[in-house]
Amino acid sequence: MLTHLINGISLGSIYAIIALGYTMVYGIAKMLNFAHGDVIMVGSYASFCFMMYKNVPVPLALLLSIVICTVLGITIERLAYKPLRSATSLAVLITAIGMSYFLQNLALIIWKADPKWYPDIFKDTAAIEIGGAVVKPVAIVSILVNLLIMITLTLFTNRTRMGKAMRAVSEDKGAATLMGINVNSTISITFAIGSGLAAIAGFLLCTTYSRLEPTTGSMPGIKAFTAAVFGGIGSIPGAMIGGILLGIIEILARAYLSSELADAIVFGVLIIVLLFKPNGLLGKKIREKV
Amino acid sequence: MKTVLKCENLHVYYGSIHAIKGVSFEVGEGEIVTLIGANGAGKSTTLNTVGGLLRPREGSVEFEGKSILGVAPHKVVSQGMALCPEGRRVFAQLSVRENLEMGAYTRPASEIPGTLQTVYEHFPRLKEREAQMAGTLSGGEQQMLAMGRALMSKPRLLMLDEPSMGLAPILVDQIFDIIRALNKAGTTILLVEQNAQMALSIADRAYVLETGRIVNSGTGKDLLNDDSVRKAYLGG
Ligand SMILES: Nc1ncnc2c1ncn2[C@@H]1O[C@H](COP(=O)(O)OP(=O)(O)OP(=O)(O)O)[C@@H](O)[C@H]1O
Ligand SMILES: [Mg+2]
Repeated sequence: MLTHLINGISLGSIYAIIALGYTMVYGIAKMLNFAHGDVIMVGSYASFCFMMYKNVPVPLALLLSIVICTVLGITIERLAYKPLRSATSLAVLITAIGMSYFLQNLALIIWKADPKWYPDIFKDTAAIEIGGAVVKPVAIVSILVNLLIMITLTLFTNRTRMGKAMRAVSEDKGAATLMGINVNSTISITFAIGSGLAAIAGFLLCTTYSRLEPTTGSMPGIKAFTAAVFGGIGSIPGAMIGGILLGIIEILARAYLSSELADAIVFGVLIIVLLFKPNGLLGKKIREKV
Repeated sequence: MKTVLKCENLHVYYGSIHAIKGVSFEVGEGEIVTLIGANGAGKSTTLNTVGGLLRPREGSVEFEGKSILGVAPHKVVSQGMALCPEGRRVFAQLSVRENLEMGAYTRPASEIPGTLQTVYEHFPRLKEREAQMAGTLSGGEQQMLAMGRALMSKPRLLMLDEPSMGLAPILVDQIFDIIRALNKAGTTILLVEQNAQMALSIADRAYVLETGRIVNSGTGKDLLNDDSVRKAYLGG
């Protein structure tokens, strides 16, 4: 039981890191970046290639994949979303879905359909025993990395000038512009942060499950989006709580109920939560302006 | 008198709606100038154009002799003018203090404590509420915050869009007293109001807007005594 719980928190931590990308972009740009999951996949291939083909040390490979995803995120926003800043949200959503398929197909061309097997970078580290539960090192690493990211981001948005400007932009772009805040570059930075986090999530995800293929990012992406909605989209602690709860529910459902139905149960819980709390667990009520 | 703001032949559209049809006006250094007019006359559109949020299709906006039309919208404030927009638009989820810090976004951080001090002198209530979320302030307090936030950029020209909207008479008096005090302290004011009586009584000069055109102008005193203005805006 404890093992499952820790594994659930670990998987949930990865969802939380991905969910942050959805939630921050949604908060600022008011859009659902459907291609976010596929940025994870690109990041995973990037770190994979550096490690396996170029013999780059693991930390450097991770760092390079973060840089690649950051650039990719900014580029996607510039080319695909920025021209649609004043378009309807449906047009933006369809563009985002298109971008998602584009990235998957691009990956199919470059890396082919057959799965790659991500190296187990912790193979020399023994499994860790906590109160009788035996867990893989990557599970503990995921949880710690997630905690570190959450603390850093919370400090960033609450304490720094740039972070406060981000919150201002997410509330009112016009008023933020009047303050002298460059709304476009704030949106770019948000995409950069979210995509950089996607690279980290991809690294942890593939280290946990090993299998890497062009569709690797979609399911975790959709689940993390669910987690973001679950916790209250736009809220950073919401992404954390939503992600972790989702991870725990998924692992427990898989262990005790049915591994086929696990995903259905996850989405079922989401629907029930949204019925009672339409803004998610920590969602803010949208305040109507008088 | 030096001209601070000069708008000439402005034409502003919302899609195909022609909202401003050839508006020209000037604001001199140290003046209080007011634009009055009924709902939908184009007052906010004019201010938002000067503040950089809207682009005119035709015409020019010069601030201290320099055109602001080539300046990116977010850089207008660093030219030395600030707009306190209609409906206050404070950042509800930011604290009072953070809202004020955002007002000083373009200023060096070292300057902020001093400017905060000055703003708190004008609005002591804001100091009491420093840590409170702006969304939980009363309407009057939000208006003070919106004005304080605009002042944080140390503007030479302060533009106010209906600062008295929705406020109790006693608060309206207070806001107008503060506007006068700010002006005495050296800030040039461009004021948009529906409360024509109040606006005209503190303004050096005024322009009357009607469906996107300026139909009358003069000193505040002249317009207060003008028959057509009395009929249309002062209740006879
Ligand atoms: N975003 C918009 N889209 C389309 N039309 C608009 C928009 N904003 C304003 N208008 C139109 O432009 C005209 C001028 O509006 P504006 O808001 O400038 O008036 P106003 O004088 O500030 O009125 P009020 O006293 O009610 O604030 C109006 O006819 C209005 O319907
Ligand atoms: Mg208006």
